[in-house]
Parts: sequence; structure tokens; C-alpha cells
Amino acid sequence: MGKSLAAIVGLGMIKVGMHWSKSIRELAVEAGLKALDDAGNPDVDAVYVSNMASGLFCDQENLADLIADYLALTPAPAVKIEAACASGGVALTQAVAAVASGVYDTILLVGVEKMSELVSTEVTNAIACCLDAEYEKFYGVTFQAANALLMRMYMEKYRVKREAFGEFVSLMHQNATKNPYAQLRFPVTVEQYLNSPVIADPIRLLDCAPVGDGAAALVITSTKKAKKVVDNPVFIKGIGQATDTISIKDRVDPLFLRSVSKAAETAFQMAGCSIEDVDVVELHDSFPFVAFMAMEALGLAERGKAYKLLENGDIKPGGKLPINLSGGLKARGHPIGATGVYQAAELSLQLIGEAGSLQADSPAKALMVSIGGVASNAAVIVLERGD
Amino acid sequence: MSSAPRYWREIPYRYRLEASLCERCGSKFYPPRIICPNCKSREMKRIRLPKRGTLVSYSVVYFPPKGFELQTPYVVGLVEIDGVKVVGQITDVLPSELKIGMELEACFRKVRVNGKSGIIQYGIKFRKPEKRDADESYVPIGVR
Ligand SMILES: [Zn+2]
Repeated sequence: MGKSLAAIVGLGMIKVGMHWSKSIRELAVEAGLKALDDAGNPDVDAVYVSNMASGLFCDQENLADLIADYLALTPAPAVKIEAACASGGVALTQAVAAVASGVYDTILLVGVEKMSELVSTEVTNAIACCLDAEYEKFYGVTFQAANALLMRMYMEKYRVKREAFGEFVSLMHQNATKNPYAQLRFPVTVEQYLNSPVIADPIRLLDCAPVGDGAAALVITSTKKAKKVVDNPVFIKGIGQATDTISIKDRVDPLFLRSVSKAAETAFQMAGCSIEDVDVVELHDSFPFVAFMAMEALGLAERGKAYKLLENGDIKPGGKLPINLSGGLKARGHPIGATGVYQAAELSLQLIGEAGSLQADSPAKALMVSIGGVASNAAVIVLERGD
Repeated sequence: MSSAPRYWREIPYRYRLEASLCERCGSKFYPPRIICPNCKSREMKRIRLPKRGTLVSYSVVYFPPKGFELQTPYVVGLVEIDGVKVVGQITDVLPSELKIGMELEACFRKVRVNGKSGIIQYGIKFRKPEKRDADESYVPIGVR
């Protein structure tokens, strides 16, 4: 077993949704204070902020400084980390690396995205900025359309039926009904999925994560200090991050998520364990087929066969390896830069046994997979119960 | 709205499909690159891709980003030309006519008007090849 790199000693989340009455700073401060209170308000050496597009969504850059200021944490160093939809996972790897190196003892990581400031065509434009601006987005290729190109290839090659994706969507919505922080807390049937409006064929509305606002925060401290701060720290055992070409057009094997596979390999090697040892997973399901490809990249299923994990119940609550008990991006919601931080917070609650009606059967090891762009960036993190 | 230089500096690649060929390993890339991701060589020669390719995948966009509202629905695709893949719009075609593997040719088209008083931006789009001599009766869909 690998040694612990750092520990999570406090967390805070806000229910994902359309927070018309709250600004980006209010969302971030609310989550940040929750996490600090949860950890008993320790001294903070640095503030890390994960966010994709505050400049586009809210006309606000220099975001980390704003948040540190309104959390009354200046003059602590503060930095924003951006890696598209993987911002949260990547920022967590950076925070853990900084603590593990000994440069900082305690970091407050705040993930935040406020998407509701713009009308839908502007939101679509902002999200598409994670693609190649000059050679994809220029031609009107949206994030959904870029994924649709890949989804069509996946369906053609492996003959996966649309119903299989619908089953995944239905499971995510079912899980979210029990998550107090989820945006879409209602069930969805396969039928409803199949009949939802087309966004970018073959991607339909119910393939997509909803647009929403959210903020989640973590207090990350050194392994040495962790037990002095709280009785039940969650230890980070492995971190991995990897990239792939920004466009799927330049991939030799576009149906294999190399970034996810490589990041997982690094994280598991560091943690001294394998996917077999994991009890619960939060996985970046920007679209159901991306979740399928990520499961295949993790080695949970053969290529094109991830749908079987749904059929045999393995990834359902109470199954061999429950995936996205939170409801995932699909139903918990996907406030872009905050999503990875939500994943880590949800898994921490699972590991300390405080996940309420979502609680898995006393998990000891958890895995989070945060994916950015069309899987051009991925962060994978192994977390462990501290006992 | 973008400045004119941001637009015109990409013209060779967007108008003429200029690409690069790695002189060491033979890999080709669009748009051009300075260093080959395959073998790290910097001996990259500028080439022009042929106009004809085949459709690898496609999507019909019904929910557009700002600036593309009036074109909706439109088709975007992944097109393979001489071993290189290009992302772009497929034009003059009905969604029901699209077939993976179908032959396409590059043509020069207006892409968008950038803002109210902004420049009109052009680029390559893909269409079904014109049957020039053989079939005089052929009329592209958009012209009907
Ligand atoms: Zn080369």
C-alpha cells in the first residue's frame, strides 16, 4: 500500500441549481465557509479555485483573488486552475501535490461555476470554448456536437443500442432522488430519454448534463496534521492526470479514452492498488457514452461492453461497484469547474459514513474520474477511509 | 467580436486546406504543426490537402452557439482526407442523405458574420462532389 499524500479534513457543498439570487462570489464563499467550519476553521496557507469560464459566464477573471478576499483570507496566495470540465479534478491533484511537497500545510480548494448569467446560445458558446477554437468552434461545432461525432462512432462500431444509454440516464436520475445537493431530483424513464429533443444528433437533451450553478469546497491538509484537525480524515492515496489531443480528429484510436486510462494508471500505481480494490466511484458522465468509454478505459469492461455493467447491476446501488451514487453529472448536475470538487466531497461523505440515504455499504476505497474537453484532459484520484 | 488579424492569419489553412507533412515519419497534420507529435521532428513541410475526402462521422446541430442561430439546423462532420481528419460543416445536403463513408469535396463558403458590423468569415465546407460533366441535371440541394 502506498502512503497517504494528503488528507481531506473539511467539505462543503451547495445544492446545484439555478441560483438566480446568488452571484459567483456568494456561491464560492458559502461553500468555502461550510468547508472551513467543517474542518474547525484551521489556518489556511493557500486558496485554490477551480473554475472553467468565469470570464465568459460572469465577466470575472482574477477569480481566486476575489474569492480569497471575500472569504477574509487575504494575504494568502490564491490561484485559479482551469482544465475545462476537469478543472475540479485537476485542481485537486494540484492541491494535493502542493501539500504533499510540503510547500503548504493546508489549502482551501473551492470549485465554482455560475452558468445561469447567460442565455442558452451564449452558454453553448462558452462551453464550446473547451474545443479547438479556430478549427472546430469556428465552424459552429458545439461541445455537444463534438461529442456527438464520437458517440455516433461508438454506436456504429460496437452496435450499442440507444436504450443502453437510456438505462444509464435512468439510473443517474434514480440515484439523484436521494441526493440533497442534486439539481435534478426526479426519475426519468428510458422512454422519456428516447423521446427527448435532439440537441446535436445523436445527442439528445437527456444525454446532456443540465446547465446550473454550483460551488463545492474542500480543506486539504498534510497527512501528518490530519488527525489533529479532525477524527475522521479522508486520505488521498493516489493522483494521476493525463492529456490527449485537444481534437478527436487527431486521435489514432478515438474510441479509447487514453487520458483516462493513463491518469488511472498513474493514480493506482501511486496508491499501490488497483480498480479491483475500489468500493465506490464518482465518474465524469458528461454524456452516457462518455461514462461507458471511461468505464472501459478503467478496465471495468471490455471495449464496447460497458452497457453490461448496467445489465448485470454491478454499478447500481448495492452492486459490486456502485458508480455515481450522487446522480453523476447527469442528475447531480455539472457546474463545470466545481464538478470534480463535488465528486471528491461526495466520496468523502461515503468514506466517513455520512452520505445519508446515498450511503454505500461501508466503503474503504473510492475513486474519482474527472474529465475535461472531449476527454482531452483527465484527473483520477484514489481516496481512502482514514482508520 | 474578433479582430481582423485573428481571422486573416488562419486564411491559408481555412481557405486552402494547407497542412503539414513530417519529412521524417510521413505523418500529416491539419492545421499545420511546427513539431510532429508522432516523432518530434521539426522538419515539417507545408502541403495542400486534396479536395476530396470521406465522411467518418457527423452530427446535425439543432441547438447552436451564439452566431449560428440562423443556420440551424446545420450538419458538422469529421472528414478524412488523404489520411488526415478535418472537422467542419457539411453543406448542401439533407440529413437523410448523410452516410458514413460517403465521398465529399471541399468547397469555399461563408461561415459566419462576426457580430453586427464585423467581418464576414469564410472557410472550407464539405459537400457531395459535383458531377460536373457526366450529369448536367445535378442541382445542389441548397440551390433548388
Ligand atoms: Zn514525424
